[in-house]
This record gives sequence, structure tokens and C-alpha cells, in this order.
Amino acid sequence: MTSVTATPARKEAPASRSVLSQVAPLIGVFALATLLPFVSNDYWALIGTRAAIYWVLVAGLNLVVGFGGHLAIGYVALLTLGAYATSILVAGNVLPPVPVFVALPIAACVGALFGVIVGLPALRLRTFYFAMSTLGFATIVTQIALAWQSVTGGGIGIAGPEFSAPFNTAWGFYYLCLGFAAIATWMSANIGHSRFGRALIALRDAEVAAEATGISKPKTLISIFLLAGALAAIAGGLFASLQTYITPDAFTFDLSVLFFIAILIGGRGSIMGPLLGTVILTILPEIAAPLAAWSTFLYAVLLLLIVLAIPGGIAALLDFRNRRPLASNRAIVPRPAALADIQRKSAGGRTLSLRGIALSFGNVRAIDGLDLDVQPGRIHGLIGPNGSGKTTTLNVISGYYASKGGTMRLGEDALPPGMPALRAARGIARTFQTPRVIGEASVLENVMIGGTIEGQASFVEALLSLPRSHRDEHMLADKARGLLGVVGLETLADVRADRLQHSELRFIEIARALMLDPDFLLLDEPAAGLSGDEIERLAGLIKAISRRGTGVLLVEHHADLIFEICDEITVLNLGKILAAGTAAEIRTHKEVVSAYLGA
Amino acid sequence: MLASILASGLAAGAVYALVGVTYNTMFSTSRVMSFTSGQLAMLGGVFGSMFMLKLGLPVIAGLVLTLCCCAIIGIVTEFVAVRPVLKNLDQHLYVLSTLALALMIQQVAAIKWGTEPQPFPKLIGWGNGVFDEKFWLPVAACIVTIIGLEYLYRRTLVGRAFLAIAEDNFAARALGLPERNLRIASYALAGVIGGIAGFSGGELLLAFFANGALLNFYGFVPVALGGLGNNRGAIIGGLALGLFQQAANFLVGGVFSSVAVFTLFIIVLLAAPQGLFGSATARRV
Repeated sequence: MTSVTATPARKEAPASRSVLSQVAPLIGVFALATLLPFVSNDYWALIGTRAAIYWVLVAGLNLVVGFGGHLAIGYVALLTLGAYATSILVAGNVLPPVPVFVALPIAACVGALFGVIVGLPALRLRTFYFAMSTLGFATIVTQIALAWQSVTGGGIGIAGPEFSAPFNTAWGFYYLCLGFAAIATWMSANIGHSRFGRALIALRDAEVAAEATGISKPKTLISIFLLAGALAAIAGGLFASLQTYITPDAFTFDLSVLFFIAILIGGRGSIMGPLLGTVILTILPEIAAPLAAWSTFLYAVLLLLIVLAIPGGIAALLDFRNRRPLASNRAIVPRPAALADIQRKSAGGRTLSLRGIALSFGNVRAIDGLDLDVQPGRIHGLIGPNGSGKTTTLNVISGYYASKGGTMRLGEDALPPGMPALRAARGIARTFQTPRVIGEASVLENVMIGGTIEGQASFVEALLSLPRSHRDEHMLADKARGLLGVVGLETLADVRADRLQHSELRFIEIARALMLDPDFLLLDEPAAGLSGDEIERLAGLIKAISRRGTGVLLVEHHADLIFEICDEITVLNLGKILAAGTAAEIRTHKEVVSAYLGA
Repeated sequence: MLASILASGLAAGAVYALVGVTYNTMFSTSRVMSFTSGQLAMLGGVFGSMFMLKLGLPVIAGLVLTLCCCAIIGIVTEFVAVRPVLKNLDQHLYVLSTLALALMIQQVAAIKWGTEPQPFPKLIGWGNGVFDEKFWLPVAACIVTIIGLEYLYRRTLVGRAFLAIAEDNFAARALGLPERNLRIASYALAGVIGGIAGFSGGELLLAFFANGALLNFYGFVPVALGGLGNNRGAIIGGLALGLFQQAANFLVGGVFSSVAVFTLFIIVLLAAPQGLFGSATARRV
């Protein structure tokens, strides 16, 4: 779909190397795990099996907590649910008994359903609220298990499912659980490194920017909660089998704490880290037997230490690549000419027009009857003193504010007020006054976020790493590298974005906005904080973008930049249009000069 | 039955309301919701039982010692779990650091005090039936606390300084208020309120380590319903929650009452994330 400047062969190499360096440690851990039977006894089989089962759950929870940043601390509830669902189905308390390999998938479906029910509050609620709601759910599940005696056996409990040969020995069952753990790792890694994983991180760290690129929060989160719930329920089924007999007492809140802390010790947005965290936390009480009663206390101390000392967890400690110093005298040299290599797909040709837009905050009329036309291939400047409604206008166009009056049209179609996540699909992209990038992701990943809605592969295809998902990834990565070349940041592609300078973040945002090849680009003070040279290069870049047929709406305070590149200029004052016209007209406009530009 | 529902509902509701006020007191000076709030109320019961039954101290001495211990735990919360993460409030690390501290408190209580609920002594011995002191004592404690807080916030300089910091931290510091000391003081105050909740509700809830987690949730519900930092909302919400829960308890049974409370909590929060008495959301863009 796109062809990019640099030679493809040279770009492939680092990409595949970085994949290998991520996968190799995971394969190493599992290779070591398969050797466990040859060096130890049945006691360690039990511990190994437990670690594998916990990891099946944590692999899914990691996407919710580590990637999504949702503090789900009550996930033991879904383990309980899976354990009881599997046991009840196999025992035939409610329905006719079914074989355990039929019961597990059914339990997984139940788990997925409840995963969404537990997770739904995350769509509206923030941090502490969501943590509390999962905690509340965890208490309720245990109480129901206790009270619903006819089905769950109440406090007396119920027998766990039994697996047939060859999985009925300690080591046979160990290998079965290890197999599930390997599949869970593979699936969560597939999602984590697909556009869905990046979308999760974007919603966590830069929700507003994620919406502007068209990422749908409900869709993304619901898919993840389905997966995490299903994995947790399967882990529950295996756990019940390992326990041979389950009572509500088996599912203490300590388990929830273990799962949650394993992820935090491991580090956000990593898979290797939480895997190590799970193994360490499972083994810890065993090797320190006298401390077994204090295990939760130990976990809590670990959690406190991690939060206070190394918030990045194990993953941050192992991230050697991002400790190499960056060159200090970097200059951003965009190559606007390279834009020509990226084909334009959209026909463009439509005009974005605002008529009589009005918006008030309380008694303040932020915008009062604004008319504005942004034409394809033209640069429209929006200037005015502070508080005159420039950024508010951008926010109305990109849907963060719903205007109280007036109409917005895109060509012939009406543009509905509100609904920011639908703007990207209509070809409207934007940057922000303070750059909103994901500090913990690489520069390349940040730019790839911009193209999320262009991906073709569904969540399931990404989960199973099917060809269409690979194609998406290659397409997005190639396009992002090409655009990094355009804005002049290609040498920093693999660096964590939070290590960059402010001016570089501004150019990342522009590259991200260009990923969708938008018909309209809204730039909110792109020159703020840039040096004189950088502003000149920015001017060249913006002109090149508009020459390709993109209409640019530019909010800016640098009068020189505005008069140099804008085809039309609208001057706002107190939410009303003070003047509108070409650069030459505005420069000599009496009121503008006295109110804003100065003599 | 109506009388029983009213008596036990108001009593439990008063404890929830006090835990809610504990949350709010910590929140007002630091913008932090702390998982130690419920644990403080649990400790109020455990310390009370320990001082009066185990060590045989008189009621007044037991109360004073309990409140002092809770105040110290409150201050420890500020030093260990709140101050280090205040710099990056937007990362919400406080959720984790206060959770860690709460788990530590709970685990120590479980190991040192025992995992079985233990009795709490009779404090005064007035009333019986639905007028038993275990029902009216939490309500009385709640009323006294409200009056005390109103006096503090409206009539004293320290209380007004609390309000100033809660209203606008930066402006308060610019005025020269000793923000850090006031924060420590508010955590000590929160400890005292939590201690009062646990002490007055001791006969109702017993001295039981698992009360911490329970009260964390049931104390947070009124805060969530009433809006963060809104004490009036927390008290109305707490009493309403207690009545609702006990009514469900008597009418449909214990398990379903907690299901009902949870469902109510989720529905109200999804409908009004700011709480019923809260103010509108901050600007996002």
C-alpha cells in the first residue's frame, strides 16, 4: 500500500532482531521448565504446576493491569469462578456431567463473560474506584460460593475435576499446565505486540490522543477483558484439579495479591517481567518455609519497595538498550520531499466548514458565532490573544467539546458534535498544545499508534498471529518509519519517547497525525518551544503537507510563521471573529494590529 | 422487624459513614484515597479489645490509647505510603502504596491478634433490645464526630487551614501555610476518626482482622456515592447504605444483601461517576 524512501532490506534487520531478543528469554524460561522433571522430585512438580497455572491467569491479567493500566486487584474472583464452573460441570451437579476437556472451554466462556462484567466499570471509573469495584466483586463471589450449597457444596466444598491419562500423574499434569502456560504466553505476546496492545497502552498513558487517532476505548477494553477472563477461568479449572478438592477457603485474597504484585514487580507493558515475577512469588514462600505465614506481608513489602524504588519493575532493570546515552547535539532535519513516496489514498477535495459555532463554559462565551472554512490543500491560520477561543475551536472540530449552536460540515456531510473517536475515520487528525505521547513506548510505536484504525486484522486474528495481522504490523511499521524519515527522527525510532526533547515530541505528534494521511490536519501551536531553525523547517514541512491536498488549520502565536505560510488567516478575539482574510490583508488590518500584533 | 432494620441499619451505617469521613479527611489535604482507611477502623476494634479485655484497662484509658495508636498509624501512612508518591500524583501510585501498607497492617493483625473474631467489652451498659448500646453507640459517635469536625472546620484556625489546603493547595502554600505539617495533622485526625469508628462499632463488628477489608469497601461506597471529599455526602450515603444493606439482609438474606450493595454501587457509579453530590469533571483537553 505504501512504499517508503529507505531500502527495505536495511530496515528488516533490526526489526527481526528485536523480535528475537524479546522472544528468546521467554523460550529460554519454558525450555528450562521442561527440564524440571529430570532434576527434582514430586514436591517441586507441585510448585512448578502451581506457577504454570498462576501464569495462565497472570498472562491475561497482565494485559489488563500492565498494558491497560487498570488496577484490577480482585482477579481471584475469576479464578474461583473458573474452578467452580469446571468442577460443577464435571461433577454434573446442575447439568449432565461432561468430560473435563469439554468443561474447560465452557468455563472459559463463563469466565470471559464475567471478565467483561467485572471490567465494564473500567470504562467509566478511574483507578481507585475500579480497584474497589473488583475488590467488591471478589468478596461477593466467595460469599456466593459459600451460600449456594446445593451447587457449590458450600463450606464443605466440591471435588475438583480429574484428568485422564497421561495427565493424571504429577509430571503429566505439570506438562499439561506448562502447555497451557506456553499457549497463554504466546497469545498475550501476540496481542501485546499488535495494534491492540499498543492501543491499550495508548489509552493508559495518552487517552485523549488515543481517541483522536480513532481508538475505541470500549471495543479495545472489552476484547481484553474477554481474553483475560477466559484465561483466568481456565487457570481456575486447572487449579481445581491440582487442589483435588475446593472450598471457598482455597481462594483467599492473598492469591489476588500475588497475581497483582507479580505484574507490578515484573514491570508495566512487559511479558517477560511478570512471568519472572509470577515464578519468583510462587517459589518465595517455599524456599523460606518459616516465613510461609508471612508470605502476604512479604508480598506487600515487595510491592511497597517496588512502587517507591523501581516503579518500572524487573523489566526496567533489564532494559539495557534505553540506558545508552543519546547524542546531545541532535538536530531535527525533516525531509518533506520524502512525503511524495507515501501514496495518498483519500481523494480529499472536501471543505471543512463551520457556521455559527457557539460554546459557553458557565457564563463565559468561549466561542460566539464562529464561521470558518478550511479548504483542501490550503493552510488556514487561526490567531488571537490568549483566551480568544483558538484551542477551543480545535476541540470543537475534533469533538472533545460539543458546540451548543451552529453546524459543522465536511463537504456535503454534517459532522456530528462530540464523539472524538470518530474523527480519525473521517480524515481529521490533530496535534496537541502539550504533546501527548506515550513516554514508555518507543518513538516508532508512538507513530504507529496513529494508524491503528487502518489495521485490517481482527482481535482473534491478532491473538492467533494469523497472516493478516502480520501484514498489518509490517504495513504500520513501514509507514511509521517512512514518516519518521519525513519529520527527521528516523535515527531515534527505537528510543523510549520519554527520553526525547520537547521539540522532538512535537514532530512525533505530527508524524503520528500523518499516519492516517488525513484530509485535515489541526495543529495546536506546533512551533511553541522550537528554536528558530526548527520553526523554519517546520514551516517547510507544513507547506509540503498542504501541497498534497491536506487542509491545515494552524493555531499559532509566532506571527512570522503564520504570515509566512498561511493562505488564509482568521483572527479571534473573545470568541468572535475580529478579522478574516489573506495574510496581506490581516497584516495591515487596523484593529488586528492594535489589538494583537502591536504597532 | 422494622425496628431491628432501623437500629442495625443506622448503627452499621454510622460506622460506614465514619470510615467514609476517614477517607475524605485523608483525601482533602493530599488528593489521595487510602486503602488504610478501613484498616484504621479495624484497628479501632482490635486495639480497644486488646487494651480493655486483654490488659484490663478502664474504658476511658482504653479509648484514649486506641485513638493515639490509630493516630500514629495514620501518620505512618502519610510518611510511608503517601508522601513518597505525591510528586507524581497523576500516576496513581498511591493506590498501590496504600494497598501495600493496608495489607501489611492486616497481615500483622491476623498473625499477632489471631484470625478469629474476638469479643469487644461492653462500654456503658445502657439500653437493651433495639436500644442496645451496640446500636446507638456508633450513631452517637458519628454525631459527636460531625459536631467536632464542624467546630474544627468553622471555628478554629487549624480547621480553616485544612479547608484552604483542600480547596486550593497551591494558593494555600503561596499564603505560607505549612502544608506538610497540616497534611500530617490531617492524617492523624483521619486515624482518630477511623479509630472512633472501630471503637464505637466494636460491639457490633467485634475485634476481627478481616473487618479491615470489609470496611474498606463499605466505607468507600458512601464516599463514591456522595462524591470525593464531601463529608455531608459520605454521612448521608453511609447511613443510607447501612439501612439498605440491613433491609436487604432481613428481607432476602445475607449473601444477597452484599450482592445488592455491590450492584447498587456499580450502577450508581456508572450513572454518576462523580457521585450524587459531587461536582462536574475536570477538563480533559
